[in-house]
Amino acid sequence: MSILVNKSTKVVVQGITGKEGGFHAGQCREYGTQIVAGVTPGKGGKKADGVPVFDTMQEAVKETKADTSLIFVPAPFCADAIYEAAASGVKLIVCITEGIPVIDMVKVKRSLAGTGVRLIGPNCPGIITVGEAKIGIMPGFIHKKGRVGVISRSGTLTYEVVKQLTDEGLGQTTCVGIGGDPVGGLNFVDVLDLFEQDPKTEGVIMIGEIGGDAEVQAANFIKKKMKKPVVAFIAGITAPPGRRMGHAGAIVTGGGETAAEKMKVLKSAGAHVVDNPAQMGARMTEVLT
Amino acid sequence: MNVHEFQAKQLLARYGVAVPKGKAVTSEAAATKWAAQLDSSIYAVKAQIHAGGRGLAGGVKLTKKRKEVGPLAKSLLGMNLVTHQTGPEGRKVRKVLIEEGVAIKKELYLSLLIDRRTGRPVFIACPEGGMDIEELAKTKPQAIHKEYIDPSSGLQAFHGRNLMLSMGLHVMGPQVAKSFMGLLGNLYRFFMEKDASQVEINPLVITEDQKLIALDAKVIFDDSALARHADVLKLRDLNEEEKLEIEASKHGLNYVKLDGTIGCMVNGAGLAMSTMDLIKLAGGEPANFLDVGGGASEETVKAAFKILLKDKKVKGIFVNIFGGIVRCERIAGGIIAAAKEMHVRVPIVVRLQGTNAEQGRELLDKSGLKLKATTDLWEGAQSVVELTSGPTKKGRAA
Repeated sequence: MSILVNKSTKVVVQGITGKEGGFHAGQCREYGTQIVAGVTPGKGGKKADGVPVFDTMQEAVKETKADTSLIFVPAPFCADAIYEAAASGVKLIVCITEGIPVIDMVKVKRSLAGTGVRLIGPNCPGIITVGEAKIGIMPGFIHKKGRVGVISRSGTLTYEVVKQLTDEGLGQTTCVGIGGDPVGGLNFVDVLDLFEQDPKTEGVIMIGEIGGDAEVQAANFIKKKMKKPVVAFIAGITAPPGRRMGHAGAIVTGGGETAAEKMKVLKSAGAHVVDNPAQMGARMTEVLT
Repeated sequence: MNVHEFQAKQLLARYGVAVPKGKAVTSEAAATKWAAQLDSSIYAVKAQIHAGGRGLAGGVKLTKKRKEVGPLAKSLLGMNLVTHQTGPEGRKVRKVLIEEGVAIKKELYLSLLIDRRTGRPVFIACPEGGMDIEELAKTKPQAIHKEYIDPSSGLQAFHGRNLMLSMGLHVMGPQVAKSFMGLLGNLYRFFMEKDASQVEINPLVITEDQKLIALDAKVIFDDSALARHADVLKLRDLNEEEKLEIEASKHGLNYVKLDGTIGCMVNGAGLAMSTMDLIKLAGGEPANFLDVGGGASEETVKAAFKILLKDKKVKGIFVNIFGGIVRCERIAGGIIAAAKEMHVRVPIVVRLQGTNAEQGRELLDKSGLKLKATTDLWEGAQSVVELTSGPTKKGRAA
């Protein structure tokens, strides 16, 4: 078991003929993911490294029975790509693209509400179910099939904790990068809920950062619903207020949005909060033994 | 992207929002000349910098005498204005806004931004204008009203009625009600069409003759959407931005200057923030946030070293790279080439992890450069703090 994706997941890559899309589609295939199609308007009928390319999502899904889309489309055109994916009938959309205008995402989020289509990202590394499917840009080899679920707003910081979990011998079930934008798809609560229900996941590592209140909502969920242990780290204790730290969403604009405040709320909700990101894996070992 | 108050007011005026008659000037002569065209019982002279708290810091002057406008403008122009948002170094005032004053009957607070929890635009209103909303949220949260807008149906009349009731405007007569509904529509249209991330009118005033006027206005635009708004992009004022940050953005680097002594160079925003946190945890102070992006090529590393070393406070550099798809020995090659060419004179600690990390570390060890290489994150952070501040300070383990 795992969450959201597994070895039978069939993936279409939107933007497969671009440099990033092409490279990472190859990497995902190498990992064992079923990349069944690519979509680039105007390039239908061609092949990208052996993968059939279609002009539209509708065609791609009809021909290949794909159920998931992985998006590398450039930011100005990305909202359109997400709408097209949702209309095509796929159930999961993983959007890697960084820099989508926030208002575009406001409209996308509203449009997806109630449709049953799930969105991961944007501005994220994607999702991997270890040993089964890698749908994203994370380096596959650092993962090891195991016991811990990972949710994170960050890319390389996720790789950091994944490596620690691998070194600790704990390994991972599924790792989900929910992205660093102010408005996106799945949030901490959605993914915590899925991990809580997944029999293979014994504990969860949650990596948050400054800005927004998604971690505070996660704390409420942990307090009320989670039986599995959660180890949490919040990046940005040294970040000055009002400054954007790389991610569009990593900015303190109001009360409750600092790393210190989020750590405090998570601690009081029963999460195991670490203040040293180099010790997330070790802490999980302590918690699970 | 931030814009000045006078620019925000010009943009809003184009969307039908009433603002005081005013003009931004850069000299005493121009101020006097403009004042001669105004006819008001009171005049405002307002310093134009990208920071709040100008009033309390002495950056806003009022006078009833038209002939004082010029001298007041002169007193503000060129001064270094220090507000609670500028930091101790302050900001140089290069422009002042000269405006007609208005006869105020009531002051309100109104803003529009994106609520991250719901992913929807939200109007925030308060019957007490001219105050700091953050402060008010702490002391009088019951006075703040929020009205969430469904982006698929947009602004509706009931949103307006709810906001009016919350601010007590329903008793002020049909003219105010009509103006207020119009104002909400104009603000919402502006916000959605121009990809704003925040519009704040504080105070919004009701005048003695029942008009609604935006006495102050602050607008922030979504950086990700600037490419589709050439008119907005033209309003960028580079004088208001940190020079090194502008330089960094030209190289595709994401850099934020801080006050510490340890320069950081990291791939990925979350890891970059955590690296700063680790330096602090080890007893040091980070000099910056710097994300070199996923790739970290020789070129980007070179540009990053250059920017870090321009900050005279930097006494040591911590390079922290998690090589995923990119192999560590290539990153090490880039660091060596860049450090040699740049003649880096401060201690460097390089932490490489990920694909071929060991080979990368060996290359760095053999390079003959004065640098310390490691694969351990916490050890790297402790080393750079030790090398920078001497062996006296010991980091505390978490």
